Amino acid sequence: METVKRNKNDRVLYIRDLNISFKTAYGTVRAIRGVRLDLFKGETIAIVGESGSGKSVTVKTIMGILDSNGVIDSGQIVYHYTDKDGVEQEVDLVKMSQKDIRYKLCGKHIAMVFQDPMTSLDPTMTIGKQIMEPMREHYKISKEEAKTRVLKLLEEVGIDNPDKRFKQYPHELSGGMRQRVVIAIALACDPDVLICDEPTTALDVTIQAKILELIKDIQNKKGISVIYITHDLGVVAKVADYVAVMYAGRIVEKGKINEVFYDPRHPYTWGLLSSMPDTDTNSRRLFAIPGSPPNLMERVEGDAFALRNPYALNIDYKEEPPMYDVGGQHRVASWLADPRAPKVQLPAELVEKLEKMKKEAFKDDTN
Amino acid sequence: MTQTKQPLLHVENLKQHFKISRKFTTKAVDGISFDIYEGETYGLVGESGSGKSTTGRALIRLYDPTDGKIIFDGHDISGKLSKEDESFLRTNMQMIFQDPMACLNPRRKVSQIIAEGLEIHHLCKSKKEVDEKVSRILDKVGLSAEQGTRFPHQFSGGQRQRVGIARALVMNPKLVIADECISALDVSIQAQVVNMMKDLQDELGTTYLFIAHDLSMVKYISDRIGVMHLGHIVETGTTDEIFENPIHPYTKSLLSAIPHPNPVVEKKRVAITYDKDAQGVDYTKGTQHWLSDTHYVLATDEEFEKWNSK
Repeated sequence: METVKRNKNDRVLYIRDLNISFKTAYGTVRAIRGVRLDLFKGETIAIVGESGSGKSVTVKTIMGILDSNGVIDSGQIVYHYTDKDGVEQEVDLVKMSQKDIRYKLCGKHIAMVFQDPMTSLDPTMTIGKQIMEPMREHYKISKEEAKTRVLKLLEEVGIDNPDKRFKQYPHELSGGMRQRVVIAIALACDPDVLICDEPTTALDVTIQAKILELIKDIQNKKGISVIYITHDLGVVAKVADYVAVMYAGRIVEKGKINEVFYDPRHPYTWGLLSSMPDTDTNSRRLFAIPGSPPNLMERVEGDAFALRNPYALNIDYKEEPPMYDVGGQHRVASWLADPRAPKVQLPAELVEKLEKMKKEAFKDDTN
Repeated sequence: MTQTKQPLLHVENLKQHFKISRKFTTKAVDGISFDIYEGETYGLVGESGSGKSTTGRALIRLYDPTDGKIIFDGHDISGKLSKEDESFLRTNMQMIFQDPMACLNPRRKVSQIIAEGLEIHHLCKSKKEVDEKVSRILDKVGLSAEQGTRFPHQFSGGQRQRVGIARALVMNPKLVIADECISALDVSIQAQVVNMMKDLQDELGTTYLFIAHDLSMVKYISDRIGVMHLGHIVETGTTDEIFENPIHPYTKSLLSAIPHPNPVVEKKRVAITYDKDAQGVDYTKGTQHWLSDTHYVLATDEEFEKWNSK
């Protein structure tokens, strides 16, 4: 596995202490609470979490499509790019107006693939026209030139018979094909950053694997950085170099994929990994994380996960844990990582599962 | 096949066709046969469009099956239903739907939603008995009786699905058809709901037909699995047989597509592709080849030779 060196100069995007809240009729929802994240060139990061954990809100802010009742309270999102004259630019997306982001950056530099390919395509326009639209808008090229580019792009995303597909409407295609079209639209203007918001949840497992392989392929060819939003750890394992686990608006654990998967440190990550059904164990019961995520309308006292956490310490109910450095790129926000904390034993089933995972991985290495 | 047990549900050559136009008919389910025995869980898997949901809906008679025979606990429920058979079917077979928000009436309280079936079929003598049953089932699915006075929108997704399950189980049905009942839920909640369904099965002895596209979940809950593709059951067997010794290339491709949460292994793995037309497989020509009492593959003789020898 080729690893990306996380060198400061290659940083494409970084988020610092981002706080976002939503004003609703019932009160203020603090959806994002102090998120810090880096994205490097050519790297794939995955943000994992349940619905409502704030993963979509984070990327929506990057795209400048935050809902109108959302307010960025503080923090910065700095995006580093080379503009069309070859000059390196650094902009703070938080300080830009949403309109500016959408006119200057969206599509051309940062593009997004949404969850449901049917709702993100226009049913009244042909496939070709929809892919041509961003090109003609951003590059001001002629129709003919755009068409040749589109045909090439369609081939790149694995759609056979592009001439015929060019004239077809979204409803004439299957779900997997539609998602390929959406990816083609996102790639139409050669972005540096591709954001994929649950790109495969609406698709079948067999097609899911194909789409993930396609995105990876394109990434290798074009050297773009990809941010995945997903709740499926299997998808994460397949694509990501770097993982950030989000819970209740905070990143609770982040690190290189192998660090997080083979040596998880946060009880929430333990829960997630244990509750993944795998196909070779035969135990009758699945591990389930008890309870449900907290309501962010209320102020969260201490660690938001404490109430569902069998390993919660007293301090978890009083104070929010800081980010601890546990070696390498691995960071975890849990009091258990504090040197003063008591040593806890991981659940036996998880230990067994991790051992097996490591064994499988190691076996493959020796071959 | 030598099964001494009498199946609870016996499906033979079930067909469900939809006429789209004069010239074109969609054969959503095209001649499938399977048995479900009392107290077990039969998992039906396949990609979208394979006809697994249509099968579920045809069994509970939300559709009128085009052809075939469905015997449910000694009653033939495939043709035109007599009044007795209909009331037997409606009380003894229940369904849990995919989207827990869409399947609950937003204007009624949860307790009313759950009690509706009992009231329609006059299964209780008094209002008090209804209330008792409702609060007992709410307790079983992990909700408090007090929560019965709330409306569906006041619940989270996982809780709503519990309400859907309570509504199905309050009738004390023999068979519950669970149509993708966990795919709309979060991972950590999925495990909770699956565990609960298993516990309830142990307690009440309900039989499940579990329809899903997520094979790894199906593995946890099912005793036997049927793999559907384009309206045909291409392979069926016990969970171990399907996972340890898959024969049909479609089953193999499905199994290979399951993502494993193991980064090193997962990054190297490439899913097996299956293209029915490229391999020249015609399901209508295939016959059932039995590998054991419970395991069969739909294939022609040559195909069976080829697949089995690999």
